[in-house]
Amino acid sequence: MKLRTALMASALTSVAAMASAEGEVTVMSWGGAYTKSQVEAYHKPFTEKTGVKVNSVDADNPATPIKAQVEAGNVSIDVADVEFSDAVRLCDEGLLEEIDLSILPAAPDGTSAEDDFIEGALQDCAVANIVWSTVVAYNTEAAKNAPGSIADFFNTEEFPGKRGLRKSAKATLEMALMGDGVPASEVYDVLDTDEGVDRAFAVLDGIKDDIVWWEAGAQPPQLLADGEVVMSTAYNGRIFNAAVGEGQPLDIVWDGQILDFDLFVVPKGAPNKDAALDFIAFSTDTQRLADQASWISYGPARKSSGALVGLYSDGKTEMAPHMPTAEANLSNALVNNFEFWVDKDAELNERFNAWLAN
Amino acid sequence: MADTPQSGPAPDVPTRLTTADGKPLKAALAKAQAAARRRAFLLVLPLLAFILITFVVPIGQMLHRSVHNEGFAVHQDIGSGVRTPIMTNLRDWFAANPQGTEPDEVAYEALVKDLVVLRDLKAPGQAGTRINYERSGSRSMFTKAARRAKKIEPPYKEAMLELDEDWADPELWQVMRGAVSPYTSNFYLAAVDRERDAAGDIQRVNENRRVYVTLFVRTLVLSILITAMTFILGYPIAHLLATLPLRYSNLLMILVLLPFWTSLLVRTTSWMVLLQSQGVVNDLLVSIGLLSDDNRLQMMYNRWGTIIAMTHILLPFMVLPLYSVMRPINPSYVRAARSLGATSWTAFRRVYFPQTVPGIGAGALLVFILAVGYYITPALVGGADGQLISNLIAFHMQKSLNWSLAAALAALLLAGILALYWIYDRLIGIDNLKLG
Repeated sequence: MKLRTALMASALTSVAAMASAEGEVTVMSWGGAYTKSQVEAYHKPFTEKTGVKVNSVDADNPATPIKAQVEAGNVSIDVADVEFSDAVRLCDEGLLEEIDLSILPAAPDGTSAEDDFIEGALQDCAVANIVWSTVVAYNTEAAKNAPGSIADFFNTEEFPGKRGLRKSAKATLEMALMGDGVPASEVYDVLDTDEGVDRAFAVLDGIKDDIVWWEAGAQPPQLLADGEVVMSTAYNGRIFNAAVGEGQPLDIVWDGQILDFDLFVVPKGAPNKDAALDFIAFSTDTQRLADQASWISYGPARKSSGALVGLYSDGKTEMAPHMPTAEANLSNALVNNFEFWVDKDAELNERFNAWLAN
Repeated sequence: MADTPQSGPAPDVPTRLTTADGKPLKAALAKAQAAARRRAFLLVLPLLAFILITFVVPIGQMLHRSVHNEGFAVHQDIGSGVRTPIMTNLRDWFAANPQGTEPDEVAYEALVKDLVVLRDLKAPGQAGTRINYERSGSRSMFTKAARRAKKIEPPYKEAMLELDEDWADPELWQVMRGAVSPYTSNFYLAAVDRERDAAGDIQRVNENRRVYVTLFVRTLVLSILITAMTFILGYPIAHLLATLPLRYSNLLMILVLLPFWTSLLVRTTSWMVLLQSQGVVNDLLVSIGLLSDDNRLQMMYNRWGTIIAMTHILLPFMVLPLYSVMRPINPSYVRAARSLGATSWTAFRRVYFPQTVPGIGAGALLVFILAVGYYITPALVGGADGQLISNLIAFHMQKSLNWSLAAALAALLLAGILALYWIYDRLIGIDNLKLG
């Protein structure tokens, strides 16, 4: 491993040397439509305003190269877009710079950043930019009756047909409990007990034979469009793109959605740390977060951005109601509890894997 | 004695042979050969280095990682690379007190001192993660306790239990006792669904968490099944290929090779198109009235999907070795057998088939070993009950990041394959292997 890390580090040295030239900042993200939304909303205006060039780099999961680069002492990324649990874990392991939250600008109406960001969006080493969510989506043509709640997802009597579910304990167990009538606010308390876990698996047992498991975010819109499943859990942005962007007959049930963050982090030893912090402060201001939302239906992490969210890039679709954070969609929404999962991930996934295999 | 004149030393040792310039022939020959050997060695050196770097070293590291995890023993600073031993006080206490000792005030004092060190090093996450591998829910206990470690006053035991009463859990202390040493066999125990109880005895894990043994067995059974299916399907094809006139057999060969050259992912997704419940096969069966629209067959996202797709994907690995041994078989052997009165079945069984055994051995071994480690196809079409052990290894590599457990699972898989290889060698003999 050390040897490989060393080889990788030497290969990256040249990249790092280029990136550390003055007036540049390297941002690593997830690629595809998501990176595009960031380039349009953050990178271009940032370069325009400051003259600092933004290099956009993609990775399957930006958290993975961070670990390799920081441990090899040869960091070429200045900013990375990572998931919540990774941000917390990397920060705990000392791989990230701590971010002084006072650099974040206040909202236009003067609300301080600390109050403006959604609860949990600001961490010691990370600043959230978007809120995405896991939702239940269904094919409006294949479903005999349109589901209205998370409970309908687990009711194959009244809503016959295959179900798509992500092959992971995370989000699946929470949805199972919500489908069984546990209100969002109590889900993690219930799931913290052995009886609660048993209850969640019992709910899943009820539909086990009808489940088609997916792993990549692109799969559920495909499964739904093919008619392979009638309903599926999915990332809301993917369903929006398939439904609005491509005209597929898909719709979302917002009841029981599970919200999660993507966050900006700065790896320890980033070559352009100051520019990186400038970039984060600029990108996560009220206007920029609202701009990004016009390219993909992921919600801005600031409350003040909500009012500024305009039209989709097709120029006619109003984005606001498609956001996971829209008021109407939040009536029974669960915020992913990263600490619960950091602790219980190993145990619950082990049990989940065993449940799957038997 | 007279019968065995050779047994004694030869009576006349010939005068020593020398080269033209008077050197002893033996030495000259050895020198010349040494030079040739050096050249040969230099020629294979790049390959040797390549294999060492890309194969032997990583496998060695994997095996090492499966018994070695220093997350609870040493902290390495990211920037400077300085290695600091952690949990030293606790280690001393464990060394001084035998297994099963109730943790006393001294133990808790050691724990708190170590937590202060962890706090200063920013290492509570690392240490907690290591314990969390074996006792779920421990990680946040460490991060929370380390955050307050400096404010904890004696009596330490009471203070710690006030933070979280789980600190008194004997299982936690058992896990910590094991983890202060970087070398452990616990990952292997976990890989066979075993764990140590609070007294340190090995027991099976709770029934609803047993998964690895099931999957090892399933991987073995499915691989044998797939090998058998490729044999049943591949043998006639290979025979046809070997016996048809060249211009037809070349065409047929292309049909075998074309999918072989196609990307694995493309072939797997093609099977998805064919097999899914709204797919080609089901549509066809519905349209000719064999199935009603509500009763479409579920041929994918279950074990069947894995078996069908893997059999197809691995078929060329059976056909090609079979073809290569069948091609040179002289057809006159079978004709001779027939002319001597054998039925066609007897001629096949006694004359043709035995000559193809080396190809069967090679094909079966290839297919089986590939099938045991197959990952992407079961992940895509296997659904829940078509998963193999490799899918869980990937899970621990990529998602849970418990690399030690992944390494232990992989090492067991490797050991299993080596054992089967050994059995194969004893039963059939590796010399009988013919790959082409």
